[in-house]
Amino acid sequence: MALTGVLRPGHAQLRVLDLEADVKLYRDVLGLEETGRDSFGRVYLKAWDERDHHSLLLRQADQAGIDLMGFKVDSIASLDRLEADLNAFGVKTERVPAGEMLNTGDRVRFVSPMGHTIELYAEKKDVGNGLSYENPPPWNAAAERGIAPARLDHALLGGVDLDGTIDIFTKVLGFFPVEILYAEDGKTVVAIWLSCSCKTHDLALIRLPENGKLHHVSFWLDSWERVLRAGDIMSMNNVSVDIGPTRHGITRGATIYAFDRSGNRFETFSGGYGAYPDMKPIVWSIDHLPEGLDYVQRKLHQSFLTVFS
Amino acid sequence: MEMAGEANIQPQTAEAPAFVTVTILNSGETCRCRTDESLIEGLRRMGKRGVPIGCRNGGCSVCRIEIVSGRYAAHRKMSREYVSDEDLAAGRVLACCVKPLSALAILAIGKMGKALAASAAGEVKATGAERP
Ligand code: FES
Ligand SMILES: [Fe+2]
Repeated sequence: MALTGVLRPGHAQLRVLDLEADVKLYRDVLGLEETGRDSFGRVYLKAWDERDHHSLLLRQADQAGIDLMGFKVDSIASLDRLEADLNAFGVKTERVPAGEMLNTGDRVRFVSPMGHTIELYAEKKDVGNGLSYENPPPWNAAAERGIAPARLDHALLGGVDLDGTIDIFTKVLGFFPVEILYAEDGKTVVAIWLSCSCKTHDLALIRLPENGKLHHVSFWLDSWERVLRAGDIMSMNNVSVDIGPTRHGITRGATIYAFDRSGNRFETFSGGYGAYPDMKPIVWSIDHLPEGLDYVQRKLHQSFLTVFS
Repeated sequence: MEMAGEANIQPQTAEAPAFVTVTILNSGETCRCRTDESLIEGLRRMGKRGVPIGCRNGGCSVCRIEIVSGRYAAHRKMSREYVSDEDLAAGRVLACCVKPLSALAILAIGKMGKALAASAAGEVKATGAERP
């Protein structure tokens, strides 16, 4: 097996100010499927083509933002090994027992130097995507309900100690840099797009004056056409759109940034290119951020660097 | 989406006129705003930039304003990270979470002004990381 260790982002848990309003948004407008609720009041959702039990959890709180992000690893052995590697690197970890999160095995949890709670886990119940494992059709009605992304794709997180966080993800967890945005000095990393797969990014990080911030969680669509359709559906439902539809220069992805009913930014995203660890990272300088962000309009959207939850 | 309840500090009692004039004291600009949508939505739709626009849903705080005069109603929850009880009592609210009920005079007080200046100059405060 070529892809080992950390496989992909498996879940994100968001805080929302009005749970039912945001369940409606993520379930009925974005088109995720609600797969459960737990005794903490968390609502579990998954995208139609995901097979694991959930990829998004919503929790009612009086502050918006992100509670945690979880990455799936390929095996229990990898989970144990990465836990030991993190500890050896000086990162304190904690075990969250299986079952604390519905249908999910043991999680190894740490707080990144940027203040985000990051988890690794090896097991989550396969509930299937509604298609058979034998001779399946390519899609079903769920693939057309709402915006209907196929999966949770990545997140962009913000905080102070970007360099320390990059170290953990690249030196311990096996991520590699795909694209890097540098400040005017040509040395300071402002933002970085990291992959643990063949995607242009599984996790992006941005330097901010405040820790633990969420820039966006992103959901994958199969085509630019579907991104435009997402824009129509957002407008029909009075969703607050931030940027797009347009194309990012950085990662080449087609995108819309929008906000949930609590002000957490989410993205509907498609495209990019195949990324491999042997490929030299693409670099951007901050003066090219306008087209890196919005290749079509080539202008800096002020909200990109200033609006977080 | 109406959310009457705890955030509703000045409940909408008398019906409001369909449109009211909102004055942004920082710049002196005025805007004819609807009373059935949030203050930020009214300003945004008319292309007014005197109050920074972010998530429009109460989560990011860039639209923080102080309402100096006039009546308004809070119609959605505001992240407590940004708005305390003291703030509410003093009329410091998020412009995306209130609707105007009468002519308003407001001051934009969000932290965006500073942040905007920094990002426009491409200036990022950092501790000097090397390329990985
Ligand atoms: S625009 Fe984000 S809180 Fe008002
Ligand atoms: Fe993204």
